[in-house]
Amino acid sequence: MEDNKAKNPRRQQQGPFGGGPMGGMGAGEKAKNFKATMVKLGGYLKPFTLQIIVVLIFAIGSTVFTIVGPKILAKATNKLAEGITAKMSGVVGAGIDFGFIAKILIMLAVIYAVSVVFMFIQSYVMAGVSQKITYNFRKQIDEKINKMPLKYFDTMSHGEILSRITNDVDTISQSLSQSMTQIITSITALIGIIIMMLSISPTLTGITVLVLPISMILIMIVVKKSQKFFSQRQEYLGKVNGHIEEMYGGHIVMKAFNGEEKSIEQFEVLNNKLYGSTWKAEFLSGLMMPLMMFVGNLGYVVVTIMGGWLVVKGNIKIGDIQAFIQYVRSFNQPIAQTAQMANVLQSTAAAAERVFEFLGQEEEIEDVVNGADISNIKGTVEFKDVSFGYNEDKIIINNFSAKIKPGQKVAIVGPTGAGKTTMVKLLMRFYDVNSGAILVDGHDIREYKRDDLRSQFGMVLQDTWLYNGTIRENIRYGNLNATDDEIKAASKSAHAHHFIKTLPDGYDLILNEEASNVSQGQKQLLTIARAILSDPKILILDEATSSVDTRTEIFIQKAMENLMSGRTSFIIAHRLSTIRDADLILVMNDGDIVEQGSHEELIGANGFYASLYNSQFSTSEE
Amino acid sequence: MLRLGSYLKKYSIWILFAIALIYTQAQFDLALPDYMAKIVDVGISKSGIEHSIPTAIRASEFDKIKLFLDEDTNRIVEDSYILLDRESLSTEDYDKYVAKYPILANEPIYKLNTKVKEIEEIDLELGKAIMIVGQMSAGEMPGLSMAELPEGMTIFDAMAVMPAEQRKEMLSGIEEKLALIPEAAITSVSANYLAAEYETIGLNIKSIQNSYLFKTGGIMTIISLLSLLVTIIASLIFSRIAAGVSLRMRSNIFSKVEHFSGTEFDKFSTASLITRTTNDVQQVQLVIVMLRLIIYAPILGVGGIIRVSSTNSSMVWIIALAVVTMLILVASLFSVAIPKFKKIQKLVDKVNLVTRESLIGIMVIRAFNTQKHEEKRFDDVNQELTKTNLFVHRAMSLMMPMMTIVMNGTSILIVWFGAKQIDAGGLQIGSMVAFIQYAMQIIMSFLMLSMVFIMVPRASVSANRIFEILDTKPTIKDPEKANHFSNNNKGLIEFKNVSFSYPGAEESVLKDITFTAQPGKTTAFIGSTGSGKSTLINLIPRFYDISKGELLVDGENVKNVTQHELREKIGYVPQKGLLFSGTIASNLRYANENATDEDLEKAADIAQATEFIRTKPEGYETEIAEGGTNVSGGQKQRLSIARALVKKPEIYIFDDSFSALDFKTDAELRKALKAETGNSTKLIVAQRISTIIDADQIIVLDEGEIVGIGTHKELLNTCEVYKEIAYSQLSKEELA
Repeated sequence: MEDNKAKNPRRQQQGPFGGGPMGGMGAGEKAKNFKATMVKLGGYLKPFTLQIIVVLIFAIGSTVFTIVGPKILAKATNKLAEGITAKMSGVVGAGIDFGFIAKILIMLAVIYAVSVVFMFIQSYVMAGVSQKITYNFRKQIDEKINKMPLKYFDTMSHGEILSRITNDVDTISQSLSQSMTQIITSITALIGIIIMMLSISPTLTGITVLVLPISMILIMIVVKKSQKFFSQRQEYLGKVNGHIEEMYGGHIVMKAFNGEEKSIEQFEVLNNKLYGSTWKAEFLSGLMMPLMMFVGNLGYVVVTIMGGWLVVKGNIKIGDIQAFIQYVRSFNQPIAQTAQMANVLQSTAAAAERVFEFLGQEEEIEDVVNGADISNIKGTVEFKDVSFGYNEDKIIINNFSAKIKPGQKVAIVGPTGAGKTTMVKLLMRFYDVNSGAILVDGHDIREYKRDDLRSQFGMVLQDTWLYNGTIRENIRYGNLNATDDEIKAASKSAHAHHFIKTLPDGYDLILNEEASNVSQGQKQLLTIARAILSDPKILILDEATSSVDTRTEIFIQKAMENLMSGRTSFIIAHRLSTIRDADLILVMNDGDIVEQGSHEELIGANGFYASLYNSQFSTSEE
Repeated sequence: MLRLGSYLKKYSIWILFAIALIYTQAQFDLALPDYMAKIVDVGISKSGIEHSIPTAIRASEFDKIKLFLDEDTNRIVEDSYILLDRESLSTEDYDKYVAKYPILANEPIYKLNTKVKEIEEIDLELGKAIMIVGQMSAGEMPGLSMAELPEGMTIFDAMAVMPAEQRKEMLSGIEEKLALIPEAAITSVSANYLAAEYETIGLNIKSIQNSYLFKTGGIMTIISLLSLLVTIIASLIFSRIAAGVSLRMRSNIFSKVEHFSGTEFDKFSTASLITRTTNDVQQVQLVIVMLRLIIYAPILGVGGIIRVSSTNSSMVWIIALAVVTMLILVASLFSVAIPKFKKIQKLVDKVNLVTRESLIGIMVIRAFNTQKHEEKRFDDVNQELTKTNLFVHRAMSLMMPMMTIVMNGTSILIVWFGAKQIDAGGLQIGSMVAFIQYAMQIIMSFLMLSMVFIMVPRASVSANRIFEILDTKPTIKDPEKANHFSNNNKGLIEFKNVSFSYPGAEESVLKDITFTAQPGKTTAFIGSTGSGKSTLINLIPRFYDISKGELLVDGENVKNVTQHELREKIGYVPQKGLLFSGTIASNLRYANENATDEDLEKAADIAQATEFIRTKPEGYETEIAEGGTNVSGGQKQRLSIARALVKKPEIYIFDDSFSALDFKTDAELRKALKAETGNSTKLIVAQRISTIIDADQIIVLDEGEIVGIGTHKELLNTCEVYKEIAYSQLSKEELA
């Protein structure tokens, strides 16, 4: 009841069937640089040139074969008509030439079969290409995450990155596997159909082509109009869902302040607006089908009348009308597809652009080639005139100097938001100092390889980071080559062994997604075990302040003591006892280190630290 | 799913109307191929001559035809035609008719004096007679020997003088032979005869044909227009119904949930309630929008089958075969693909999870140099997702080819078997083409239906999840006859042997709790996680109802007053600083809409929030994002404390509200609180001893029971649990 209530459950609402009906009609977003992005995307297709050529050939082939069909079928119908007319008008020995018709039909069956096989080969190959590219994109994004400076993630929310890896990559994959072949088949079909129609009757083709603008205009109007309502609907849907999430998430507050009526009132207003835009959007997109059907029927009527008239005049034959009707009918689909193509391409480019933008971000500065030797580090840390700011123009740490001997304890204290974790980030080279240097065993940390440097650090933070795997795997994270016995030893030293033994599967218990099947305090113990296993020379610890029950708290303290013995330690301290025992206290405020010294020295100085320390008991001393 | 009906009921008249419209639309759509067949079969093949009933005919020819009609038909014919000749007409009329029928100048003609429709029943009879005449004129009536006729005498002359008996006999012989000839052949022959006749009379056969073509085409255009109109209206109705149902559904769920207590929230979980109100409603709406298709498809399918089997039942098996093949194909494809769809959803979640983990743990990963390990983890899921995706894509790429095969195979079969029937005279080409169109319509409608049946189960699950909420009765209700608080007591809280357990749980969370919190005093609660301290204070605003004992506020049992009146007394600060989107000011005013700016500033001052509000350029008008993501945890906490202060309530409840604050702010805030909230009852849940060290009364909880009540000093001597907690946080000297 206390925790995990306000979890934000907003998730990608993507069913297996894509974006629902008329998914492509949603308001598309535009890419900033359409052409450059498309060229770049093309570059990703290059390794698949052979496959894509195959896809192109088979797509065109399949379309051509499909299009030839009606014309051949028309031959059968014509033969049929000839035969029967002759028979009716009493020509001796006249009749239907079944041999010929059978031949035509068999030929037709073969053509259709070939077309279908082509169609299948084409989409089979294309599925492979698009999935492979999608796979590569996802892999690259994931690997990119590990190469980027931490700074980047200060400004970018996790949601945005996740949306690139899923939504954007999916959009690209979809348009690769469908839209690309669709463009080709649509254009081939349009050209092919026009050629076939011309070959039957230029007059009739001319008349039919006149009907097309009507259909284009109708589609354009509907698409344009409905887009407005679609984005409106999307907007209100967002607002309604936002209100729902907010009110459900803050249910207790809402109730405590008697906010039910107000909340419902607000909801009704939004919900009614949503209703208005929903039915309009739904209605307009629903118009698409009947309109297309009407245009189809119109074409159908025109072809029948005009065709009939031409047959009477003897210009064409009955079978040709049949073929023509089939062509007119199959004209609509490619037109509709081409009409939406612009939108699809735009949103593909926008998605691709976002992905490329991410992949193109600056990476961490390269390591030195020959890193200083790290194997025999003692753990001396020296800060030499260090200045640092997250932004160049806003330096928060000014000319800080300090020297820490191996095995000493440094407590970092300060009020909330004072920037205590900044020190951690600098030490581990998640960020580089702006000027001055941090030295470990006399070497500037920039002279080490990052991996080497970090391997000497152990870290236990307050946000215990554990992943969806077994407890054993999570502890082994400290040293991927550790044996099971070593893991057990580390757990014992971290006072974690005992509770692990009491869990259902012991070391093989799989932590669930929220890692809520072990308590907060137990998680803390696991991260300590993990740090012990990594056997670092320098430690960074963040003391727990909340949500841990007393007994576990005592265990954690003992475990931390075990961990710290003989190691240089930086402790983000909350517990006064820890602070007082520290060899050096760094007092931070507003990002800067305002004081440093031992407890006695600082109390004696009667500065910021003294007031911070005294404030704890101020009210009780009244 | 069926219970959706209750939501649709309101629209039943509209739905009935829409069904009627859809039925009409289906009829229109089904009529079109028929008209197309007419254009081909009548307009083209029969020169636009639809019936065997001549509109005008030479008397000489008509007399021949009449010879082969039975008496009844002859009577009708007599009544329906008038004879036009020079004698019977006025000069004026005569000239007029001659202009129309030039042959009238040479010989008399019969003109149809009524509508063709009126005498349609004799169409076939006439057709047969015309066929006989036609063939006899060509001298090829089998079974009759022309040689027997005297020179110069035609068979018709012979028949005319033939005794009635003999003629009848002869006719019945012909009748037998005609019975074997299919109707289509008869009409086709008679049309040829009539076309020739009309030409002889001097009528313009081309214009007859053209007018037939344009008339039929006109009808088709009108039908498609009407069909469009009807479809638009139906789609209008259904979009409004779908949006309306989801409007009401969402609104019902929302107001229901707003009245839920903590118990119901625990039962469903907040996340699930949100999905049910948003996503599930969306799913249901999707299906209601599709209602139009759900109704249209079977009407079209069944209508198509009826039409097809009434015109040509011998080829219906082809359609049946096509439909069955298609259903089997679709069913087997989806039975393979759908489980994979579900798997994909899971794998996408997994990709998200792994990525999110590596983003959250970015420092840990770099600290432990396990980037490669993370990349491997990601790659494993990525590969599996790609593999599954590929399978589904490839399986689905069978879909189109399969449909094409079914459709085209059907056309080929129809043409082949149609040709046989055309040869036999049982079918005409136009009808065959129409048959293909019907077949396509029927197959498509079944395809649509099968898609619908894939969607419906999903929506049905959603609907059930929605009704689960709507069926839940809130456990906490206002009393029917509510008491009111008297004005004498202000904020006195009494727990008398209170126990509490969550519904369905065996173990009580709180056992036999008894204490009194006095106005003007601070009562603090401490205990380890799970000791029940948060649960305890959440009982006071009646977020949960107690299971046993009595909970009194100002002497009234909380169950006897309305929730509204009870909560009016309380200023509540939740564990996490929960803010709503809006501005800082709007969040503070959430407690009291009429609070003045001074009130807000005062509250912010006490809550130690003024300083950071001042640093914001917009001050109190600073936007707060949804979930308060743009302010830090400590700032959120201070704002939610300020919010409670704006209310100036009699009772303050702080549910672990100070833990996100540092020691200094914590201390200053408590100092200010004490000075400003003098007469209110204050209840504080805390983790830190320093937060509660100066409380008037500290209640120590352990596993749901009170193990100590007293001041800090008293408890240090008397309460083991308290001592343990205290020593874990502060050193002996500090505690002394």
